[in-house]
Amino acid sequence: MAKRDRLSGNEAIAIALRQINPDVFPAFPITPSTEIPQYFASFVANGQVDTEFIPVESEHSSMSAAIGASAAGARSLTATSSCGLAYMWEELYIAASNRLPLALALVNRALSGPININCDHSDSMGARDAGWIQMYAENNQEAYDNMVQAYRIAEHKDVRLPIMICQDGFITSHAVENMELLEDEEVKNFVGEYEPENYLLNPDCPMAVGPYSITDYYMEAKRNQAEGMKHVEKVVLEVAEEFAKLSGREYGLFEAYRLEDAEYAVVMIGSAAGTTKDAIDKLREQGEKVGLLKIRLYRPFPAEAIAKALQGVKAVAVMDRAEGYTNHGGPLGADVMAALYRARSQALAVNYIYGLGGRDVRVEDMEGIFATLKQIAADGDAGETYRYLGIRE
Amino acid sequence: MSNLTEIRWHGRGGQGAKTAALLLADVAFQTGKYVQGFPEYGPERMGAPITAYNRISDTQIRVHSNIYDPQYVVVVDESLLEAVDVTSGLKKDGAILVNTSRPKEEIIPHLKGYEGKVCTIDAHKVSMATMGRYFPNTPLLAAIVKVADIMDEETFLREMRASFSHKFASKPEVIDGNMAALKMALKEVR
Amino acid sequence: MAVDITKLGVKATWKDLTEGMVIAGAGTSKDFNTGEWSTDKPVFIEDKCKQCLLCTPVCPDSCIPVKDGKRGEFDYDHCKGCGICVKSCPFGAITMEGV
Repeated sequence: MAKRDRLSGNEAIAIALRQINPDVFPAFPITPSTEIPQYFASFVANGQVDTEFIPVESEHSSMSAAIGASAAGARSLTATSSCGLAYMWEELYIAASNRLPLALALVNRALSGPININCDHSDSMGARDAGWIQMYAENNQEAYDNMVQAYRIAEHKDVRLPIMICQDGFITSHAVENMELLEDEEVKNFVGEYEPENYLLNPDCPMAVGPYSITDYYMEAKRNQAEGMKHVEKVVLEVAEEFAKLSGREYGLFEAYRLEDAEYAVVMIGSAAGTTKDAIDKLREQGEKVGLLKIRLYRPFPAEAIAKALQGVKAVAVMDRAEGYTNHGGPLGADVMAALYRARSQALAVNYIYGLGGRDVRVEDMEGIFATLKQIAADGDAGETYRYLGIRE
Repeated sequence: MSNLTEIRWHGRGGQGAKTAALLLADVAFQTGKYVQGFPEYGPERMGAPITAYNRISDTQIRVHSNIYDPQYVVVVDESLLEAVDVTSGLKKDGAILVNTSRPKEEIIPHLKGYEGKVCTIDAHKVSMATMGRYFPNTPLLAAIVKVADIMDEETFLREMRASFSHKFASKPEVIDGNMAALKMALKEVR
Repeated sequence: MAVDITKLGVKATWKDLTEGMVIAGAGTSKDFNTGEWSTDKPVFIEDKCKQCLLCTPVCPDSCIPVKDGKRGEFDYDHCKGCGICVKSCPFGAITMEGV
């Protein structure tokens, strides 16, 4: 039986974690993710979970401890933001290459500098090639739902990879919104007990984790790791289907909003997708054929499915909440455009950098994007494909 | 979207504008509404001007931007009347609620020609009289509920008692003071 | 997961490797000739040896087997040629030679 509630994104994640009751949670605080371990620590203190909560001295240590715990056979996770994620960098690759299905609750925040504490995706975008599964949320409900589904995906025997559950710093993490919670028992049954196949604390099968891999093996090891990623899309969809039966809320690799007959489309990640939906509804009332493709699963990147969903559009704007400093756009732009190219798409595509360091995105901004797309289609020319939204010139 | 109410709070870091916005979201939620309550963070220090927002609607709220054209503005600290453009985008058919001990006539000249309704509450007086300490957000919460007609007073007081009983479970002695502050503020708002 | 370590060689395909390169099972190094790296090797001069066994515990690779209270010939399949045993011997019963 679902329970109506109003919670901030951080509270929602903390409650999902209480319901999951993981084995080990090492953490070091950083704005705006601090509240997650803070709420969780109170659950530990109140005896509502059995989790071993470890206050560590840095994010490098929190990720290392989560890795060690996962290798030992525990269900582990940590939470962080921005520079905290950057400080975990080398450990992220270790977690993925050791095929450890731990989780990271990431609250997206700009990387310094200049120093800024507000939302953009530069932290997780930088970690996109670390071998982690990355999932993003539009709102608090999605952050909660993704967290509940996370371990089922990460621990699946065909996957066994770490998973990053991302939400927008402050915009959702500190905003109270309506949402529906599942009952504790429902989450417990859905997530299930973790039964690792190989783990360090198994006396029946001693083992070594993270051995040196000389040149003769390294490429084969990386190819072996890629095999896990190849199964992620299938598993994400299977888990989503089961989750829909439980919650009534449906998830895919991405959300296509009013996209079926759209001529102009926006592709984006995160909270601004909600704002874009309001712009779309307004424009649809005026007869404009506009739609949205909101990425949920960013790593691995479901390129074929995305290209297929965009096959009818005349013009598309790919929105990056992170710079790539390639001189031609951000990471999502590169991924979507490559997908369109491989699918021999004829769509005119532009790539916007937007919302950096918490810069607000309004319904009017998104209406402006659609107006630009309409003009691009009329001109038959995308013009400059690398653009900044709302920049003061 | 016609039933959407948008409220903007102006306060200073440490005065509880964010808390007040979250409390308002809380109480509106209890009456079955869709709500949003969120802060806009600037420099993280006591005394810096901060903004918080509320959206209250009968339908799901998807927009995640700040609020530029609110129906209502609450000014938690009247020194902000000079420092911040508090009436920016404020709708004429809405209202501004200012926390001040001064009469309305002295406030209006500072509102840059705002033509809508101007309301005041002396949250300091209410807070000191009922709680013995200065907590402006409890009286301001009651005042904005009345000014923006978010719900009837009886429902509001009932929901707030339940909310305080939960929030202050470990120190029930403060519940009566807070309730008295709400009741007095409902009468004192002008 | 048991690893068939006989498959681990330069011809191993990516499918032969374990997930995460985990090596399951204890003492698997016995099955690999890691002594081939050495450029120097110790030589045991049995005539000078008093069987004090000071050399045995200091060997980082456990390459000095002991049977019935007496040490035997070096295990050159795993000896790296570090020379610690030479330094530990009070009787000059071990010397180093180039390979």
